Amino acid sequence: MYIIIGGGGDVGYYLTKSLLSKGHEVLLLEKGASRYQSLSDELGQSVVRGDACEARTMEEVGAHRADVVIAVTGEDDDNLVICQMAKKRFKVARTIARLNNPKYDLLFQKLGIDITVSPTRSILSLIEAELPGSSFVTLMTLRRAGLGIVEVHVPADSPIVGKSLSTIKLPRSGNIALVIRDNEYIVPTAETKIFADDDVFALVNREGEEALRDALGATR
Amino acid sequence: MKIVILGCGRVGAALATMMDREGHTVSIIDYSSEAFRRLEPDFRGTTIIGNGVDEEVLIRAGIKEADGFAAVTNGDNRNIMSSQIAREIFNVKKVVCRIYDPMRQSTYHELGLETICPTTIGAQMIFNALTKTGQAEKAAKAAKE
Repeated sequence: MYIIIGGGGDVGYYLTKSLLSKGHEVLLLEKGASRYQSLSDELGQSVVRGDACEARTMEEVGAHRADVVIAVTGEDDDNLVICQMAKKRFKVARTIARLNNPKYDLLFQKLGIDITVSPTRSILSLIEAELPGSSFVTLMTLRRAGLGIVEVHVPADSPIVGKSLSTIKLPRSGNIALVIRDNEYIVPTAETKIFADDDVFALVNREGEEALRDALGATR
Repeated sequence: MKIVILGCGRVGAALATMMDREGHTVSIIDYSSEAFRRLEPDFRGTTIIGNGVDEEVLIRAGIKEADGFAAVTNGDNRNIMSSQIAREIFNVKKVVCRIYDPMRQSTYHELGLETICPTTIGAQMIFNALTKTGQAEKAAKAAKE
């Protein structure tokens, strides 16, 4: 595959090295003169000095034949423009943007970026999952299906404690996939009762998240 | 009309003053409070300090009720991103985006954004001025002969 990467910061650098070692044809674009110099000392011709937002630069590095364009600069607006230009002007099939502000996830999706990766969000949810007292954590997002896999820890004061699943009003889009209780896992049926300290794993879409959280009596 | 302007540089400040004098409700955003010095002392609009690609800042500037939005910061990409936020998220009817880079401008124009490229316009005007002078001189010469 031919992969163009915009932004030679730490992420761009390690990504380039890793993709090169997997045998891909990789081209890294870095616009800063001194950063370019140190990158090219190590990566040689795999680095080109230039701005990935500039159509001329992208044309020179053959964006037309790129299979993937990845934008990993530290600025979300730059990453957005790199991907949109690649998509619209050069018809690149797959564009991936790093999101520094996780809030822009939906916007980027709406604006045609194929995949967004938010390190901030990943770190946050990893830490949140480990914090005591947090009872609702998004473990993973299944982008194409618009679904999230969430883990809910049922608090003792939850209104559903002792109730069976068939009597709990769950959002339509919420699907409870697994319950973990005392190191045992239970594949739930309509009759399964929920108890305090159960860990409930559910599939839910974005709109249903709030309702699911409320239904299970979880705190944020 | 209620207008939100992003970027209080020379163009942003002049535009804000013009809109304000026309009787429109103007709010202008810039990340530096220093920039607001460019506004005329009689400017009656609102000034907001903040990052224009931040939805909360745009909301504080009244983007939800805005009839128009103009992105005139020095950064093409910032203008492009904020214009798309205004259009796609806040459904602002009239969005105008300044883009210096002609190639970027043509791409976003094709994508349906209302764009203004001062580079192309400026070059064209200077070209016209230069060639017109040429013509005038030619005409004067011809008249003498």
